Amino acid sequence: MHTATQPIDNGVNVTALLGAREVLSQAPAAARFTWRAHCDWVRGTHSRIAVEDFHGLGETQRHRSRSTFEADHPEVFAAEDHGPTPVEYVLVGLAACLTAGVAAVAQHRDIQLHSVKATVEGDMDIQGILGMDPDVRNGFDDIRVMFEIDADASRADIEALVAQSQKRSAVYDLLTNPTHVKVAVK
Amino acid sequence: MSAGHQRPLHRPARVVTTVVIGAGHAGLAMSHHLAQRGIDHVLLERGEVANAWRNERWESLRLLTPNWQCRLPGQAYAGPEPEGFMGMAELIAFLDDYARGLSAPLHTGTVVKTVWPADGGYRVVTDRGDWRCRAVVIATGACQLPAVPAMAAALPPWVESLTPHAYRRPEQLPPGGVLVVGASATGVQLADEIQRSGRPVTLAVGEHLRMPRRYRGRDIQWWLEHAGMLDQRFDEVDDLARARRQPSPQLLGSVEPQDLDLNALSERGVRLVGRLAGLAGTRLQFSGSLAMHATAADLKLVRLLENLDAWAIAHDWHDALPAPEPLPSTRVPQRPCLGLDLAGGEIRTVLWATGFKPDFSWLDAPVFDARGRLRHDGGVVAPGLYAMGLPFMRRRKSGAIHGADDDARDLSLHLAGWLARAGHRHGSFA
Ligand SMILES: Cc1cc2nc3c(=O)[nH]c(=O)nc-3n(C[C@H](O)[C@H](O)[C@H](O)COP(=O)(O)OP(=O)(O)OC[C@H]3O[C@@H](n4cnc5c(N)ncnc54)[C@H](O)[C@@H]3O)c2cc1C
Repeated sequence: MHTATQPIDNGVNVTALLGAREVLSQAPAAARFTWRAHCDWVRGTHSRIAVEDFHGLGETQRHRSRSTFEADHPEVFAAEDHGPTPVEYVLVGLAACLTAGVAAVAQHRDIQLHSVKATVEGDMDIQGILGMDPDVRNGFDDIRVMFEIDADASRADIEALVAQSQKRSAVYDLLTNPTHVKVAVK
Repeated sequence: MSAGHQRPLHRPARVVTTVVIGAGHAGLAMSHHLAQRGIDHVLLERGEVANAWRNERWESLRLLTPNWQCRLPGQAYAGPEPEGFMGMAELIAFLDDYARGLSAPLHTGTVVKTVWPADGGYRVVTDRGDWRCRAVVIATGACQLPAVPAMAAALPPWVESLTPHAYRRPEQLPPGGVLVVGASATGVQLADEIQRSGRPVTLAVGEHLRMPRRYRGRDIQWWLEHAGMLDQRFDEVDDLARARRQPSPQLLGSVEPQDLDLNALSERGVRLVGRLAGLAGTRLQFSGSLAMHATAADLKLVRLLENLDAWAIAHDWHDALPAPEPLPSTRVPQRPCLGLDLAGGEIRTVLWATGFKPDFSWLDAPVFDARGRLRHDGGVVAPGLYAMGLPFMRRRKSGAIHGADDDARDLSLHLAGWLARAGHRHGSFA
């Protein structure tokens, strides 16, 4: 699988992650994280989302820097296209989550990665969001993720990596299982 | 719809001006109005009069429309309890009695197998011979087939699965938990009855229409009828497709008037969960949108009651009626169940109260849209072809018993006009 002389380095600090698992098993309350995004409407279907703070390990935490995202809709939707659509951000989330998972699992399994590419596609029938047909759901009805992975490992091992990454993926879970979602007005 | 049907052209056929298919209340009402206009016709019925009420409804069912509202052209309710709600036997007797007063020949036990356009009119093929006619009225019912989601086929074999057409009484179900899918009139009524039988019920709730049985001392149907809401016409609403698929209201007809909303059901121990979203292996998945659906129904209810209050003020009813009573909002569990493994054995039966649809498989004419639904303009389907009893067909009340009179009057007038014009063009049909 890999040459014993070269240390495996995918850039994931598995020791730290395993340490965290150990610590959190003693203090499970600290394992409850709340991720947060703040969204400001700009104009039309354009809005700007910021991600900066979150709650975890019992207190408010901050990313090193504030990230902002533009979200809009494409011109075929008669919008001005200042950024990706919200559903494209969901695909971004899935791709990033699964890819991070692949790297972490590879590190843990002593597999050296050379490149990992994922193409994510989501299908939806927009008759749902346009309220044309109640039998058509609003969201994706099919999502496909295609990985191309170059690594010092057999095909079976690479497939096992991808499978484990799905098993541990937060976003994969979000998309495949129902969640309580409550929307209110302040 | 097309291909499969045989079209033998030279079989001998009886001739009549109009064939009405179906002797439910809609067909009977149409027969009354055709006779009034002197249009000769026959009624073809595969079973007996009121076949659907005899064979496709559960035993305890009472109408959710009060007796005073249960009326047909020329026949009002004349019994002792105008505020009561008919059970099946009483309704069947009411329709039988009405059918006896009609002048047209009624052919029961006659199944219509195919209808197609022919000879400036239609050919109607039945298992008891054919008919040639200039016009056809489809009154075969909007609720002929239970609409069941495809995932029903994927239920594990140890779970009983049935539709309201097959359900008769709770004792027919195995002991153990029951999942009722759908919280409109059928779903809430059956959830209530099954829970009372000692089988713990889980009710999967999606979009629904909450309504109190009584408001300010009057039955809700009194309000809806007097405020003219039931007479709203199909060409008056903004989004007709949406109006046509509005779910039935959460109402129950019973000896003592009572509410049957989600609050009443959860007080009785029914467990509320979100819309049944999927089945992954043996695991049922319920949507996380229960609170959203309950809130939406509460908001719509408040708007409805405000409109009714405004009507009462405008029409001098306000002072004559008790003051408006605010209704408590719907209480849903903080963390409703999102998933349930059927392998756990907790659910023994799934009852699909997911709605009904008509069956037009016998109609061989290009009158369907891409999804197989009958295209029609207020019940006018094609030259000489009419429908009755479809949801919001011409008016909001079109699908209900008391809705048939006005629709049959309008459509029989249209039909008479068509006969006059077509007669002019084609000469005599026979
Ligand atoms: C559970 C339930 C409860 C309801 N409660 C109420 C209520 O409280 N109040 C209210 O106003 N409405 C109620 N409705 C709605 C509606 O009034 C009924 O569905 C009613 O039965 C519709 O009458 P109809 O004449 O259109 O159709 P049906 O009563 O279904 O009559 C159609 C007739 O056509 C016959 N037929 C069908 N196909 C053929 C064929 N190929 N050849 C020959 N004959 C055929 C059938 O045997 C049947 O007799 C309820 C509906 C349901 C399903």
